[in-house]
Amino acid sequence: VLAAEWNKDAFGAKSVSDALKSMGASAPVDSKDISIKAPDIAENGAVVPVEITSKIAGTTSIAIMAEKNANPLVANFNLSNGAEGYVSTRIKMGQTSLVRAVVKAGGKTYTAAKEVKVTIGGCGG
Amino acid sequence: FALDSKQALAGNIPSNFYELPKFGNVSVMHFTDCHAQLLPIYFREPNVNIGVGASVGKPPHLVGENLLKHYGFKPNTPESHAFTYLNFEQASKTYGKVGGFAHLASLVKNIRAQRPGALLLDGGDTWQGSATSLWTNGQDMVDACKLLGVNVMTGHWEFTFGADRVKHIVDNDFKGNLDFVAQNIKTNDFGDQVFKPYVMKHMNGVPVAIIGQAFPYTPIANPRYLVPDWSFGIQDDNMQKVVDEARSKGAQVVIVLSHNGMDVDLKMASRVTGIDAIMGGHTHDGIPAPSIIKNAKGQTLVTNAGSNGKFLGVLDFDVRGGKVQGYKYKLLPVFSNLIEPDKAMESLIKKVRAPYEAKLNEKLAITEDTLYRRGNFNGTFDQLILDAMMEVKGADLAFSPGFRWGTSLLAGDTITMERLMDQTAITYPTSTLNEMTGENVKAIMEDVCDNLFNPDPYYQQGGDMVRVGGLQYTCNPNQKIGSRISNMMLNGKPLSPTKTYLVAGWAPVGEVKGEPIWDVVATYLRDKKVIKPRKLNLPKLVGMDKNPGIA
Amino acid sequence: MADAMKIRATAQGDSADIKVLMNHVMETGLRKDAKTGQLIPAHFIQNVSASVNGKEVLDAQWGGAISKNPYLGFKVKGAKAGDKVVVNWEDNKGEKNTVEATVS
Ligand SMILES: [Mn+2]
Ligand SMILES: [Mn+2]
Repeated sequence: VLAAEWNKDAFGAKSVSDALKSMGASAPVDSKDISIKAPDIAENGAVVPVEITSKIAGTTSIAIMAEKNANPLVANFNLSNGAEGYVSTRIKMGQTSLVRAVVKAGGKTYTAAKEVKVTIGGCGG
Repeated sequence: FALDSKQALAGNIPSNFYELPKFGNVSVMHFTDCHAQLLPIYFREPNVNIGVGASVGKPPHLVGENLLKHYGFKPNTPESHAFTYLNFEQASKTYGKVGGFAHLASLVKNIRAQRPGALLLDGGDTWQGSATSLWTNGQDMVDACKLLGVNVMTGHWEFTFGADRVKHIVDNDFKGNLDFVAQNIKTNDFGDQVFKPYVMKHMNGVPVAIIGQAFPYTPIANPRYLVPDWSFGIQDDNMQKVVDEARSKGAQVVIVLSHNGMDVDLKMASRVTGIDAIMGGHTHDGIPAPSIIKNAKGQTLVTNAGSNGKFLGVLDFDVRGGKVQGYKYKLLPVFSNLIEPDKAMESLIKKVRAPYEAKLNEKLAITEDTLYRRGNFNGTFDQLILDAMMEVKGADLAFSPGFRWGTSLLAGDTITMERLMDQTAITYPTSTLNEMTGENVKAIMEDVCDNLFNPDPYYQQGGDMVRVGGLQYTCNPNQKIGSRISNMMLNGKPLSPTKTYLVAGWAPVGEVKGEPIWDVVATYLRDKKVIKPRKLNLPKLVGMDKNPGIA
Repeated sequence: MADAMKIRATAQGDSADIKVLMNHVMETGLRKDAKTGQLIPAHFIQNVSASVNGKEVLDAQWGGAISKNPYLGFKVKGAKAGDKVVVNWEDNKGEKNTVEATVS
């Protein structure tokens, strides 16, 4: 199957709002049915595990953004044929920032965010 | 188990000081953060341990008289000496040294005699902190813990010996007699469990689950390259799963053996249900009574058992009808003058030390003042390390990590190589000299300060503030990251954000080769011979006037 | 030829839990070479797709901020032991890789 063309504008966008616009997902609604599992403090900013679960019925896509990255959009997953509202991956974060999930379901767009701290490290009890 | 009466009399210690009446039917002993101190030592508790946000004035953020008052202790008592810094020099002479594995072993045997089958838990930071543990690759502590009869342990500094070494010990030395548990360590590939998350023990027929919680921020606070394939983290959703599984398999008592640090434990206790007690360490808080935390389905006790082998916690549960009906807890100070050392442990320690005695006993200098480390911002031994680094390395300013381990010395004591190693014995001891802009210096200080004073405990890593030599500054713990540190002055001039400075440091988390810190400090000590009282470089604090975490 | 991917597909209740590890540098194109100071050209996976018994279940677009040697986990309801899972990726240079597993 040939994938849809890579969304150059969305991945090249320098802000969350520009990325959302390019994805056709402006003004998403905050949702408590999206949960983001990510560390409070990243063990390594280059490898931050992020797991998104959407309990919104009919979830068809999940996008991940790291708000303070030069290009906030990290990935967009289209789900079909039984794929659950769930993706797990590892992302790069340049600095402490909100990690945002953007979910499309039933033609509407929903969102949730969680802060992940990126630290220099080296201390101890 | 008789007290040495002459000693007891001198310190006003009641003759029943170590008599713990039996209670209930499930008993657990707990020590943590002994930092490889096999022999009795001195250890001064902090006079600065600030709590911010919801933690202001709550345990563990109480020092000195505020702590005594909170727990109903009187000044000039054995408890006052055990739990506070008050009158440290004089009281140390009255009560003698604290800790030591031979003394701890006698105490453990005594408790076990009254409570057959009682479990002994080791909260970690056991294999690191002394010369002999570093030189034997942790083996001295591994052997001592087996002889002590430890049943279950978790870890933190253990991992700085490297993942392979830890795995080797767990799979060989510990096989069949000691369980290493950690629900929060998973492989980096598919997230598989590296160690058993918990172990089910039985006492008087009651199933007791001991769940391990290793230090969540090990790959951040310590070098990542030492545990390259493992991921840690707090993982309280997985903790809930493990608790539920243990309960479903019949556990009537659930205990979390934690190396989270006390503030993180307190928050975890409010979020995860079904835990009877979190027995914690890492933050080195000697807390006389459990904090009782309510949550959605009941309550959880949170304890913290101090450091350096100074304490043994004893938690007794009355379990009837399948659940806990009552409890008693006591954190016993290990005053070595009052306890007859255990012979077998004594001879093991002697044997372990024999090849190193000459090196350990090298006299480097005499100190004219108390040397200690604990405290949020600085300690006299850290100041000594900073002064040594700046002079030997020719630096403008120096950083020394806010470690909470390290023993204390009394005025007039000899600083031997062993005492120097107590402060510096780590597997990544490299001393460094780097060029840094003023902006970089501030970024580091802000970052570490946020690890200490972030109002959300899950963002705290449990160490103290990085010690700073040469640079004066103001600190406002109530601010946010980026705004806590101000008025940075070097030699009477403001630190320039763009100018480059020579900064000395040690314990880099990256892979850097160079002279170990103990050589730098030993050079300085041999040269000075007598160490005059240090002037502590402390920040000017803002907004902390009434904080009960400052004496 | 790119290195082999690792995959694990296990049935859990009425779903299959699928975890994949891919070998890839994932260069963003924004990073400078420490020695030469030159920008390292972008080289990252842009498209990932997955199917169960030939039916597409996931079609993803990635940017350079997915970590080096990427990890992907997803769950498919109704997939069961014995079903065939295939995962493909294609990067910005047109390189491709594929891996198969049977749900166990
Ligand atoms: Mn410790
Ligand atoms: Mn620790």
